[in-house]
Formats: sequence, structure tokens, C-alpha cells
Amino acid sequence: MSFRLGADVGGTFTDLLLINDATGDSYTAKVPSTPHDPSIAVLNGIEKLCRNSGVQPSEIRSVMHGTTVATNAILTRRGARVGLVTTKGYKQVLHIARSFVPGGLGGWVTFNKGELLAPLEWTVEADERLDAQGNVVRELDREAMIRELHKLREAGIEALTISLVNAYVSDVHERAVLELAQQVLPGVPVSLSSEVVPEMQEYERTETTVVNSYVRPEVATYMEHLQNELVQRLRPDVQLSILRSDGGLATSQSAAATPVNMLLSGPAGGVAGAIWFCSRAGFSKVLTFDVGGTSTDVALIDNNQARIRRETRVGDVAVRAPSVDVRTVGAGGGSIATVPELTRALRVGPESAGAVPGPAAYDRGGEQATVTDANVVLGYLPVEQKLGGDFQVRKDLAVAAVQRIADAMGVSLYDAAEGIVRIATEHMYGALRLISVEQGYDPRDFALCGFGGAGPLHANAMGILMNSWPVIVPPSPGVLCAYGDATTRVKDEASRSLVKRISDLDTEEVLQQFQQLGDTVRDSLASQGIPAELQQLTCQADVRYQGQALLLTLDVDLQAVREQGLAAIVSAFDAEHEQLFTFALSEAHELVNLRAIARSPRPEITERIFETSGVSLQDAVTGTSTIYFSGKDYQATLYQRQRLTPGLVVPGPAIVMEMDSTTVLFPGYEAAVDHVGNLLIRPQGQE
Amino acid sequence: MVAKIKQTNNTPFQRIEVDNITVDIVENALANARTEMDAVLFRTAMSPGIREQGDAFPMIATSEGKMIVGQFGSFITGFLDSYAGEIEEGDIFLTNDPYLCNGAVSHLPDWLVLMPIFKDGRIINYAAMFGHMSDVGGKVPGSLPTNASTIWEEGIRIPPVKLYRRGEMNADMLDVILHNVRMPRWNRSDLNAIVAACRTAGRRCVELAERFGDDAFYSAQQEMLDRTHRAMREVITRVVPEQRQEFEDYICDDGAGLGPYTLRCALWREGDKAIFDFEGTDPQAPSSVNFYVNEEMFKIFFGALTISLYDPAILLNDGFYDLVEVRIPQGSILKPNFPAALSCRTHLLGRIFDMMGGLLGQGTPEAMNAAGFSDSPHFMYSGYDQKGEWFQLFQIGFGGIPGRPVGDGPDGHSLWPGFTNVPNEFVEAYFPLRIDTYETLADSGGAGLHRGGNGLRVAYRLLVDGEISIHDDRWLTYPWGVNGGAPGARSRKELLRADGSRQILPAKCDNIQVKAGDLLLFDTWGGGGWGDPLARDPALVLRDVRKGLVTVEGARRYGVVMGDDAIDQQATAALREQLAAERGETQLFDRGGTLEQLKARCLAETGLPAPATPSWN
Repeated sequence: MSFRLGADVGGTFTDLLLINDATGDSYTAKVPSTPHDPSIAVLNGIEKLCRNSGVQPSEIRSVMHGTTVATNAILTRRGARVGLVTTKGYKQVLHIARSFVPGGLGGWVTFNKGELLAPLEWTVEADERLDAQGNVVRELDREAMIRELHKLREAGIEALTISLVNAYVSDVHERAVLELAQQVLPGVPVSLSSEVVPEMQEYERTETTVVNSYVRPEVATYMEHLQNELVQRLRPDVQLSILRSDGGLATSQSAAATPVNMLLSGPAGGVAGAIWFCSRAGFSKVLTFDVGGTSTDVALIDNNQARIRRETRVGDVAVRAPSVDVRTVGAGGGSIATVPELTRALRVGPESAGAVPGPAAYDRGGEQATVTDANVVLGYLPVEQKLGGDFQVRKDLAVAAVQRIADAMGVSLYDAAEGIVRIATEHMYGALRLISVEQGYDPRDFALCGFGGAGPLHANAMGILMNSWPVIVPPSPGVLCAYGDATTRVKDEASRSLVKRISDLDTEEVLQQFQQLGDTVRDSLASQGIPAELQQLTCQADVRYQGQALLLTLDVDLQAVREQGLAAIVSAFDAEHEQLFTFALSEAHELVNLRAIARSPRPEITERIFETSGVSLQDAVTGTSTIYFSGKDYQATLYQRQRLTPGLVVPGPAIVMEMDSTTVLFPGYEAAVDHVGNLLIRPQGQE
Repeated sequence: MVAKIKQTNNTPFQRIEVDNITVDIVENALANARTEMDAVLFRTAMSPGIREQGDAFPMIATSEGKMIVGQFGSFITGFLDSYAGEIEEGDIFLTNDPYLCNGAVSHLPDWLVLMPIFKDGRIINYAAMFGHMSDVGGKVPGSLPTNASTIWEEGIRIPPVKLYRRGEMNADMLDVILHNVRMPRWNRSDLNAIVAACRTAGRRCVELAERFGDDAFYSAQQEMLDRTHRAMREVITRVVPEQRQEFEDYICDDGAGLGPYTLRCALWREGDKAIFDFEGTDPQAPSSVNFYVNEEMFKIFFGALTISLYDPAILLNDGFYDLVEVRIPQGSILKPNFPAALSCRTHLLGRIFDMMGGLLGQGTPEAMNAAGFSDSPHFMYSGYDQKGEWFQLFQIGFGGIPGRPVGDGPDGHSLWPGFTNVPNEFVEAYFPLRIDTYETLADSGGAGLHRGGNGLRVAYRLLVDGEISIHDDRWLTYPWGVNGGAPGARSRKELLRADGSRQILPAKCDNIQVKAGDLLLFDTWGGGGWGDPLARDPALVLRDVRKGLVTVEGARRYGVVMGDDAIDQQATAALREQLAAERGETQLFDRGGTLEQLKARCLAETGLPAPATPSWN
């Protein structure tokens, strides 16, 4: 027997999933996260899973892991003491950043800047200069550099970033500083901006490289520890892979060297899981919304692939690293409802009650009404539902909290509760609109997929707002990230910055560069045990009109380039620009970056066979409960998700409960169970 | 209204009962629509000014033209009141003439696109957006000539015209317009982007009307206006006393030898109405620093600065205009007579915010901010690069956010919403210059319990012969401190010639000839300090010294004496005592001296002669 394990470490829970490669059978477990050492939860979870399923630990050959350990280091500011070397005159590159102040007119009145990840006290300057073409304008003053590095040594830095102006064109001076740093600061890990993200824009490149340094020691220690434990407990040749922000898997060693690429590991796992279930159900265009405690992550899937974006934010830190294009909106189960006295408008979020004190209904000291409390009042989260399998919500506390909102607004309890839920859903809807409109898509051409602990609560409502059907609720929506971890593919990429007018470029030269990049990634994957003939290689070009900031990433068909020259890239760009923005320009085209991506084949996991004969809908019913919808009370039937098998259709009003999530079906809607176990919500009578 | 609106469906909208939550949801949906407008714009605009710096502003208005989402008030009502033609489905209007839209845009580089949004044959909303074009022709590259004496010298004037007539683009007209600008490809692309953004809003409004029903969507917007009216009535009663209070601030000069120009404003309340009276403001300038103020825009500024204290999530709209009256003397620098030049109004536009802060703050000093970076200084550099191609660079400067009740002012940041700097590597890749230094100036932020933010030094190494222009202010008057805080440092520009000579440049100048190898030091100003600097925790001063944001010498302004990378406690206590005794009572405002004193010290302190006081004839 051969098993694969997906493990996703979240803020509150660590989710695990064990899949039998041969039968497709799966087992899930949810254990509390252990923030001081997240690997403990992973190991506890494995133990629990093996105990419950009877699987021998030695049968687990590979562990795929999504982790927020890097992200949390940033959010909680618990990373390494990072020293920074900049070009002379640029010491304050992080301090000034882009001079941006959030908010509207008068936003500056309340704006306070967060602490820098590499503080000014530990930032030193290199007396050197390259011009924008990479020529040396001023040689590096090595002696002065050594003196400056000694200051960092005295300060006791734990990691070093070297980020010099124009190093995206040439790494000559960064390498020279590196050499000195290795002498002065032996053993301190060094990140070079020319290596981590060789792209134009000094602030973003520096910040990204600093983030890499900041999280690196913690991530490295974590990985090493986990790898050792797994080897001891499972089998000596167990393969540990890490899910990167771009949805590809990487070996734990390569992930530890550039941890900046795994900041969005968690959200990427969710999207990868959604792709796994939606694609097998035949939906290739899907908008996903992952509703958690404090926020909702939305993503767009086209052609069974998530869009990749090259810039992302973690808190107030901007990072240039390829990641699944996930947008976050501050509306989740814990979002707090308020009614400002002057306008008496109902506001929901972005403040969140978080895990502590949490929603009022959780009885952990929270008193303010949250979206979760409103869901409890409306009956969407029935008291029969034990959250996480054993946690009981207190309806009376939810009612008291929401009643205060109702009083402030002068409406009934139920209208206030429905208002809170509707506004939260509207925030999520806005994020889904934005992610599609920004890319020139009409959101109504997409199916929806709701997951995360609270996504299925809002799934039916989102479908109504968007008028997109079906809304897909995958199996175990609360542990979908772990599914994503376990079912995605190994991926690596190599890129090179060009920034040249296409008309000035030679086709042969570009083809040669692609060849070299391709060789690099092929070798990389081969060294991870994936033979070259099984790999899938994609070439990409980032193109823009000269002078435009916008970059479009195009898949390049090398055969077409060989036949038609670089005109093939130009016409593909114009067509894409037109699709996205309704116009193309007669401007010069600029080739900014070239990239080669290699992927391993999809894992071979056998479809799970469901037992469908002789089961009826009635077997899944556990009771009824009252829900409030659109101004009226309805008797909703309660169902157990595990007992719903393919072919069954659940009519609304209904509530489908499982260990990690709750799906609400409104009157007039129904959910069909498809062959992979998804619930497909549609208006009744629609196909 | 002069404009004739042609609708095939003239059924008026019905005001129906809409529940509160629907209003909230419509409000959120419209906010989302605005975000989408920005998204479309920034992804497709080409000029660094709009694309990187974000110098463009979207707006959605109701069917009668009242702003329902936006930042600068409605551009529609002024347009409807002055446009004498027909408005039909598929029309998209373009204008840049402040005198023909009652100041909805305030200088020629701001191109304003307006679009009626039709649904089923009648107008349901308007969308509009204006963006700053990098060049609109006229006498200098960048089209911001300080020394212009009439608007004719400042570029092509576009009266309100149809860029699209019934969906058909007027390509010939656009060709004529673009023939008059120096960077036509930027203008064309930026204009495309603005139109695309307005169309996005159009589609969104139609969808919303379909979703809620035309009358419900209309009524929800009316309720949003009413809600703002109710809230602002309460805000005004709370923050505006009945007793008259006054404040004045200045722009230092007009680039033509006169200055400082006084902006004086009185504020009082009559019933629930706030009255702003600019009587006592100086006359219009002979140069282009005049600011043709749109009274409604001023009302929005007032609203934005006050209501967000009570409901930060509100989408401020036009609903409260009748609660505010703004009186501006005709012929003053805030209401100049046609054809006064207007291009360099940015200094006054910024200074209005300092003035409003000082005016409103007197009632509640604890809640008042010091004077901040109330400007967007410009740097322009043009010529032919090494390859013989024409280039023109337009950069906006950043500076010190003032000390505020919530804390220190950030160093080298923007006071304007959405503005960001252009990455220096981008500038170096596309323009013939290098930026040798990009850092904030230690000690330039005013000392205070909460320190003012530092100004920024940008050292431009110019690599080819060409011309530069500079527009800045606060080189003579100080960004004032409040509640005992000291003023911030003033701005300064110095040219270090490749031939070894040095030259202090005036804050406002055009057509300065430069040679390859020259170095320009462009120093902006710091924010004023907030609260008593002698009460600042010495540990915070030490931290700033270690960061290089305050010098050891500068720490003495806080009465803090530094030993060897540590505070000398004893010396600090003594110095604080001494400074407190010398100073006496702290003042509400610290302007660094009277105008007369500043002028008397001007040449010695700034290296530039003092300007002459302007006067009404």
C-alpha cells in the first residue's frame, strides 16, 4: 500500500488528509495548531490519522505540506534580526518605500507606519554604483564595506540581505559584497536581490529579499526538524515537499533557501484543492472564495489553472514573488458589525474578533456581534452543529449581541442579522468582481466554489448575487487546503530579466535564452527525482507596451516563434491586451522577462468509488431547524454530509452539516451530489 | 441647467421606500465600482504621472449630477450648468478648461472625461474621471509654466466637447488636440484608460439598476445623500462654533517676485450652516499660481476631514452642500478673473488643507494636526537623450507628514490619496539621469512630543544637456508646529554644476539650462511638530538618532543630550530645565516668526532675496 499525506498548518487548526494512491480512499483529521512549533501539530495529526485509519506510518511515502510558518513570522514580527546592505544614498529605501499613504483625503491623519523588517539601525551602505545598463559607474569601496559589515556583526544580525541599485541588470557588486560578507559574517545566511528577485524596482526588490532573509532561519529550522521527525517516524526515504505560493510543490531544501516563495502557501493549497475537485467535476472556469475567521480569499481559475501574479502583500509588506492570484477582503466569520451613531449605517468589518475573544456565540468573552453570530441567529449555523466536531455554539449570546445592533438601527433582530450577513457577502462579492473585471472576464461565465470553514454558509447567497451557477461546495471544504497539498504537482521555474524592445531583439537569441532557462529547470526537477521525459515544460514571456507599467504574462509557443519570429509574441500580446482592456495600442513592444517552468506529471490517484446502491436521501436526515430567509421563517431539514452519495439531490430549505463546515440551502434552491462528492447548488428546476 | 438632455424615455424616477440595509449594500456596491474604475485605469494608463503616481480621480454621480462616490465633489453640475449643447446616449465629453466647468478641474493638464450612463433610454447616473496629463502643450515642457501671465500660454484649451458622439469617436478632433502636445502617445493612452474606466462604471451602474430595480437603485442613492446631510448637520454643530474664528496661511511667492500671498479665512456657524469667508485673502497673482477654487470641491474637503472621524467607512457624497456656504472674493488668488494663468495652482491646493486644519483645530487643539506636506512639488527635466530622442520627465516630490495626535509624522510620504513615487530604477532606465541620493533629511521634521516627518532629499545627476523646471513652496514661510511643537524645516534647491559652481535655485523656476554632469539637490520640507518636544520620551529621541532621522545636535531641540550612543540623563534634565525656562509658555501655533521677521532674514537664511508684498490696487 502507498499513501500520500497532505498537511496544512493554519492559524487555529492543522488539517491533515491521507489518500490511498491505489483506491482513492481518504481520511481526514483536524488537530489544534501549535504555533510555538507547528511541526508538533503535524506529527500529532499523523499519529491521530494512522490510529483512526489503521494505516501504518511506514506506508506513507510522501508528505506534501502547506504552511503559514513564513507568513506568521512576518505578521507577528518574529523573524530574524536582518541586516541590510544598500547602495550609498539608498539607506532609507524601506523606510520611504513608495511614499504611499493608505486611505482617502485625510488618510494621513491616522496612518502610522509599521516597523521595518530590516531596521535602519542595521542598514549599511555600500559605496558603489551601477547604471541602468549594468555598467560600473563607481567601483565598490571594499575597505569601507568591510568596516560597515563589522558594525552589523557587532549588532548580532542573524541574516543578511544585499540589495543594490540596478542589481536586476548585473549582480557584479552584490557578489562582491557577498564575498566580503562571507569573511566578516561567517555562517550568517545571505540573500541577494539579484538572485531572489532579479526585477526592476528597488523598493520591491529590496523588501522581497529582506522578507526572504527575515523568515529564512525560522523556516529552515522548522523544515529540518520536521524532515528529521518524519524520517524517524515514517520511513527513511519519505519525501517532504512544500507547497509554494504559486501552487507548485518544491522540495523542502529548495523551499528553505527561498522561503519568500511560500508566503501564500496556505491560500495556494485551498485553490489547488478547489482545482482538484472542480476540474474532475468538469468545471474549468471557477471563481473561488475561501471564507475564514478574519478574511475571505478569492481567486480566479481559468482552464483549470489559477492565475499567477507576481506581487503580493502580507500585512503591510509588499513582496515580489510569484503566487496564486489570491485577493483578500476583510470579511470573515469574525468580522465585527457596528452602527456609527451619526450615520446609523450598518458596517461590517474590517475589524475582526479573531480567535480571541471570537464571536459572541463562542462564549470566549466576545461581546460584539460578528458575522458568525448573525449566522447563528438566522439558524444557518444550528446549535445541532458541533464546530470542529465537538464545539457547541451559544445561541443566546449571539442573540444578545445582534440585538444591540438591531436596537441601534431600529430594526428587528432578524432583519439586523440578515443585514450583517448580506453586507459581509457583498464585500466578498466585490472582491470576486474585482478579480474578474481586472482581468477582463465576465464573472457570470464562471462557476463558483465556496470553501473554508464558513464559505459554504455564504455559498448559496453568493450564487444569488452573482447569478452564477452552480455553486460548488467540495467535500470537506474546511480541510480543502490539505487536499490541495496532496494533489498538486512539483514545479520549478527559472527566469531572466531582459527589458528590451522586441524590434531590437534577434529571434535566435531569444530562442537560445529559452533553451538555457529550460535546461536549468529541467535539471532542477531531475535532481528531485523526476526524469526529464516525464516533465512538462512551459515557456513564458512578460511583455508590455514600452512605457506601460502593466505586464502581461504570455505562454510562448516556441514552434510558432521558430516559424514566425518574435511577431508571434507581439500578436499574442495585442490579442490579450484587447481581451483584457478593449483596446490595443500601436506602441513598441517590450520584452521584460523570459521564464521557463517545468512541472511533474499529476499524481495518479484513483477515483474514489462511492457506495450508491440502496441509499436514500432520508438516511442522511438528522432533524429540522428553523431558518430565517428574506423576511420569513422556514423549516430547514438537517442533513449529514457523509451520508449524501452521488446522484442524490438535496432540496432547500436545508442545512448540510459535516465535521468542518456547514452548507446552507435556501428555499427554491437545491444541491445535487456529483460523482466526486461535490454539492452543486442551483436554483430548483435549473440544469 | 443649460444642457439639453435627450432621452427616449422621460419617465421620472420614483422615490420609493428602501430599507436601510439595501442602502448600505448599494453604498458598498458603488464603492466597489469605484475601485474597479481605478483598477482599469492603472492597468492601462501609460504616463508615469497617472500610472505610477496615481494622479487621477474617479467619480460616479446620481442622475441629477450629485457626486455619490468620489473624492473631489461633482464635476457634473458645473458642466450641466455651462454646456449649451445636447447630451445623448453614447456621448462622452472631454474638457480641461477650469473657466468653463466652474473649476471642476483647476488647470489645463487635468483632462476631465464625463459620461452620462443611460439605461432604457434615460440617464441613471454619470461617470467621470480626471487625470493629470504629462504635457498639454504651451510654453514649457510639462505645461506648468510658472511665468505664464494668461491661460493662453499654458497649453491647449479644450472646452466641453464630445469626444464620442452617440458612440462614435471624434477622431479628427482628437488628432487636432494631440497635435498640440509634446507626448501625444502618453495622452492618447491615458485618455483611452480614463474612458475605459468610465465605461466600467457605466456597466456597473446598469447592472446595479437591474439588480435592485431602477427606482430602488435611484432611491437608495437619494437616501445616501440624505444620510450624509443628516450626519453632516450633526458634524457641523459639533465642530463649528457659532463664534467667528479666523486663521491665515500663505504661499511663499508667485515665482514673479511677489509674496507671501495670504489666504485668510473666517469660519462660523449660523444655525446648522457653516460659513467659510475668505475675505482678506490676497489678490490674484500675475503668474500662474492662482487657484480657481470650486466651492463645492472645498465643501467636500471640509466634509472629508471631519466626517471620517465619526464614520470612517462612509462614502462621502454631495448631499450636504446646502449646509456649507463658501464666500470667495472675486479677483482674489482663489477666484481669479479670466484669463488669469492657473497651471501652478498646486501650492494653493495643498495649502488650503493646512489652512482648514488650523481653522477647524482652534476649537479642539488636542485633535489638531501640525502643518504638513501641503503641496506636490514638481521637478521637470527635458531635452534630447544620448540617442537623440526627445524626453521629458515629470516627478512629484514627497515630504514630511506632520506630527499628529496619533503619533509622529511618517518621513518622506504623501499627503495626497493614492500617490506613490516612481521607482528610481524605472526613471534611470528610461531617462538620462541617475538618482544619487534618495533619503529623508535628518532634523527636517519639526520637534514635538510627536515629531514631524522629515522632508526628502533627491539628488538628480543629470546626464545630458537640457532644461529643468522646479515648482515648490514653503521655502520662506514655515510648516507650522502646534501645541508647543516646533515648525518643520523649509524646502531648498541647489544646483551643483559640473564646472564646480554652486547655485541656489528659487522654489519656482522654469527654463533653467543644465549640462551633463550637473547635480541638483531637491530638498522638500518637513512636517511641523505636535506637542511639547521637551516632554518627548528621550528613549524615542535616542531611537531616532540611531536610525539617522535625528542628529545628535538635533536631539538638543528636544532637550536631549547624547553621550556615547546613549542618553546623558543628567545633562538632559539640565538642558530641558534651561530650555523650558527660556521658552516660557508654549504657543498654540509656532510659525517660526512673523512675515516681517521671515522676510528680514530671508536672504541670509535662504540665499534668495525676499519677495515683495502683493497688494490690491
